[in-house]
Amino acid sequence: MDALLHFLPQVWFVILALFLFLYVMLDGFDLGVGILSLTSSDEERRSILMTSLGNIWDANETWLVLMGGALFGAFPLAYGTILSALYIPIFMMIFGLIFRAVAFEFREHSNRKFLWNFAFGAGSFIAALGQGFALGSVIEGIAVDQSGHFIGSTWDWLDWRSLLVALTLIQGYVLIGSTYLILKTEGELQKTHFRTAKLAAITTFIGAILITIATPIVYEAARTRLFSPPLVYIFAVIPVLGVLLVGLLLRSLNREEENTPLIWTILIFLLTFIGLGLIVFPYIIPNQITIYQAAASPSALVFMLTFIGVLIPIMLFYNIYNYVVFRGKVVSDAYGE
Amino acid sequence: MQFLTDTVVLSRIQFALTAIFHMLWPVLTTGMAIYLVIVEGLWLKTRNPDYYRHARFWSKLYVLNFGIGVASGLPMEFQFGTNWAPFSEAVGDFFGSILGFEGAMAFMLEAGFLGIMLFGWGRVHPAIHYLATIMVAFGANLSTFWILVANSWLQTPSGGEMVNGKFIVSDYFQAISNPFMVKSVSHMFFATLETSLFVIGGISAWYILNNRHQEFFARSLKIVLAAAVAVTPLQIYIGHLSAEQVAHYQPTKLAAMEAKWETSPAGQPADWSLLALPDEAGQKNKWEITIPNGLGYILEFKKNLSEPVRGLKEWAPSDRPRMVGLIYYSFRIMSGIGFFLAGLMLWSLLQWLLGNLSPEKIGQQKWLLRTWIFAAPLGYIAVESGWIVRCVGRQPWAMYGQIRTADAASHIPAGNVLTSLTLFAVVYSILFVSTLYFGSRIIRHGPNLELPVPGLDDQPAMETEPATFIPDQRPAEAQQ
Ligand code: HDD
Ligand code: HEM
Ligand code: HEM
Repeated sequence: MDALLHFLPQVWFVILALFLFLYVMLDGFDLGVGILSLTSSDEERRSILMTSLGNIWDANETWLVLMGGALFGAFPLAYGTILSALYIPIFMMIFGLIFRAVAFEFREHSNRKFLWNFAFGAGSFIAALGQGFALGSVIEGIAVDQSGHFIGSTWDWLDWRSLLVALTLIQGYVLIGSTYLILKTEGELQKTHFRTAKLAAITTFIGAILITIATPIVYEAARTRLFSPPLVYIFAVIPVLGVLLVGLLLRSLNREEENTPLIWTILIFLLTFIGLGLIVFPYIIPNQITIYQAAASPSALVFMLTFIGVLIPIMLFYNIYNYVVFRGKVVSDAYGE
Repeated sequence: MQFLTDTVVLSRIQFALTAIFHMLWPVLTTGMAIYLVIVEGLWLKTRNPDYYRHARFWSKLYVLNFGIGVASGLPMEFQFGTNWAPFSEAVGDFFGSILGFEGAMAFMLEAGFLGIMLFGWGRVHPAIHYLATIMVAFGANLSTFWILVANSWLQTPSGGEMVNGKFIVSDYFQAISNPFMVKSVSHMFFATLETSLFVIGGISAWYILNNRHQEFFARSLKIVLAAAVAVTPLQIYIGHLSAEQVAHYQPTKLAAMEAKWETSPAGQPADWSLLALPDEAGQKNKWEITIPNGLGYILEFKKNLSEPVRGLKEWAPSDRPRMVGLIYYSFRIMSGIGFFLAGLMLWSLLQWLLGNLSPEKIGQQKWLLRTWIFAAPLGYIAVESGWIVRCVGRQPWAMYGQIRTADAASHIPAGNVLTSLTLFAVVYSILFVSTLYFGSRIIRHGPNLELPVPGLDDQPAMETEPATFIPDQRPAEAQQ
């Protein structure tokens, strides 16, 4: 029974990490494309950018909805505490995503396209910013009392470290958005995104280095965990692998390869994720509340696992099928017909 | 202006506002998805290109509403955490799981197949396309199912008990099949269907009245009418059953729905109030028009009540809902609309049987068509009124009898909530007006009756299709 009490929350931690990873990767390139659209100069290009997302943005965003529901069910305490503590960044994200979503529907029918172009770009940016702040302050830790209720103040989430995380996340989104566009477009448009990808790769890399250095210096708890075996070996490997992957990415960009940049970028995201997961585990609110304290009762975890667990492969299957159906380049905004 | 500094009140207003707006969009998409399944099925069966063009035309309105439905649904998912953290912690075991199911089973299914349904014509085999349409409809209705399971469980908590401020569930299936579940799910299912039917019917009537594509839209009007013959009376009946279950499980809500202050004992008849002006401070109705002995007939189809109907005065003011007038009139508006729509159905059915709805004659039925146009928004009003009865009538409880709304709200500064509430009010109003504006543009633009129909047999299956994209060479008008 005791083993079960530990095992179930761990399973749910992994499932939530999977949902979050899928969200960050998939909606990451949507948001990245949205941010990039702010810089594109003519209407046709913007049309192509939006068309490349038309059939999938909704499915990608749904991973976030799914993660919200699963967090609510599996770790109700964390769901309540984190969301109410991060009220402002969460609503930044929500409003950003609302603008992004409605831009897709309204732009098509509108004569004043610039309005919805702006909603699309700015919405993507604000959503990414909100997510970055939320991520940054969760890693930093949230002020809670003994029973896990939030006791900090509303602006706790805002400081230079969460800003650093937010900016880096935005760069990461721009990177994955660019590499997605390299895959989906051709000609001049593709050339542009080789350049933006390179730039974003470098800025993301710098941000990641700064965060990697700052984390153990600023957080004592992280320091002691990071520098004691066995984690220290893993953490020694991650930066090395990271540098290697960034090198591979830059090489593929220089060679103007079409498919590999996206793959390297996804691997970089994955590596970062594993690193973060290892720092955070077994906490769900770092250094305060463990997954075991925040977990719903074992029966609830089993109940959810039987329903959602079975569906994970099925969801993955039809999502992949969706990408297969719409594979290929987008060359005009009449993609859908 | 004291409420401006009260987090609980502001959070309630925010929840009500977001829910009321959110509801406007999925209610159409869930119902219309079923209509799309029907017309696409008719097309596959009859190969009549009109049905294909119906599928294409209505799916334009569909996708417009879908996108806004998703956008406005997102805050719903997170609001329980941001604004109702103590509530979330207390009910997370069950309520959170159900929201998780909704995401995994319903939203994902709908979103995963929507791209194929909208843009996949000509890219996948028609059978796969039809499967995608069915999956979208199935997903939407599954999401109604799960959200109504969650809400019904808040109305009639079951399957466990409160232990130390947390609801511990011992039997999950009992919690799912809580006493309100079956009837509430059915009532909501038919509500989305009925609303969508009358929207489609109203728009079709508008075209016919304006002499545009009469034959084309006479077809959709008849499909709608055929469905309404079954749906409208059923909805009244299920509404009646819902009232019965409220009477049984939530006597405070029933008393508010009827603005009933004094108890009527069992074994005697009681009057049913048709119109009244409830006065909460005075705990009475200032004036009232009643139907003598009506209450027994309405609740039990007989004169004498077999159980007492308790009046609001039986509970302390802190244990019963406020805003009695709102609940009372919302209930009357909803049931009034239910009967009105059923009446419209009967009138149209009669004309159909008399042969007056044939494409040549239908244009002469001016008043019938005008009434259909008038009826288009009524479903929405009934749905919103029904939810107001349900949610406001449940007060002062967030979870009936277990968690008070006042204890359910997060401890956050009122300024935060006021800011987000204001933003929601502004943004949602813009969304609402824009949806109407762009929706009416789509309608004025009309269907494209020249749209080429993808062949059934010459269509290559998806595996054999080249991976590269072939740009659309047709003239711009044909490309819709
Ligand atoms: C097209 C929409 C529509 C129509 C025509 C009706 N209703 Fe309704 N009603 C709803 C749409 C709706 C709803 C919005 O879907 C609600 C809110 C929650 C729910 O489950 O259904 C609802 C709730 C609701 C409730 C409250 C349930 C509760 O609080 O738990 C009652 C008592 C009724 N209805 C009764 C009726 C009656 C007697 C009707 C007809 C004579 C009627 N409804 C027509
Ligand atoms: C979409 C249609 C819905 C509408 C129009 C609606 C309307 C409302 C309204 C008007 C209130 C405020 C009540 C008051 O302050 O007196 C409220 C509160 C609430 N509703 Fe609903 N509701 C809807 C759906 C739901 C669903 C599906 C759920 C649960 C899954 C739900 C859960 C709640 C909760 C938890 C509150 C708490 C706040 C409070 O009690 O004031 N609602 N809703
Ligand atoms: C009776 C009340 C409700 C019904 C019938 C309903 C139904 C739906 C449907 C069918 C959709 C799919 C989008 C569309 O078709 O337009 C949707 C979207 C959504 N709803 Fe609601 N909903 C209700 C209330 C709520 C509540 C209370 C929540 C909060 C948990 C919620 C959360 C969401 C979310 C997060 C989405 C976006 C899902 C996506 O990304 O696909 N809904 N709703």
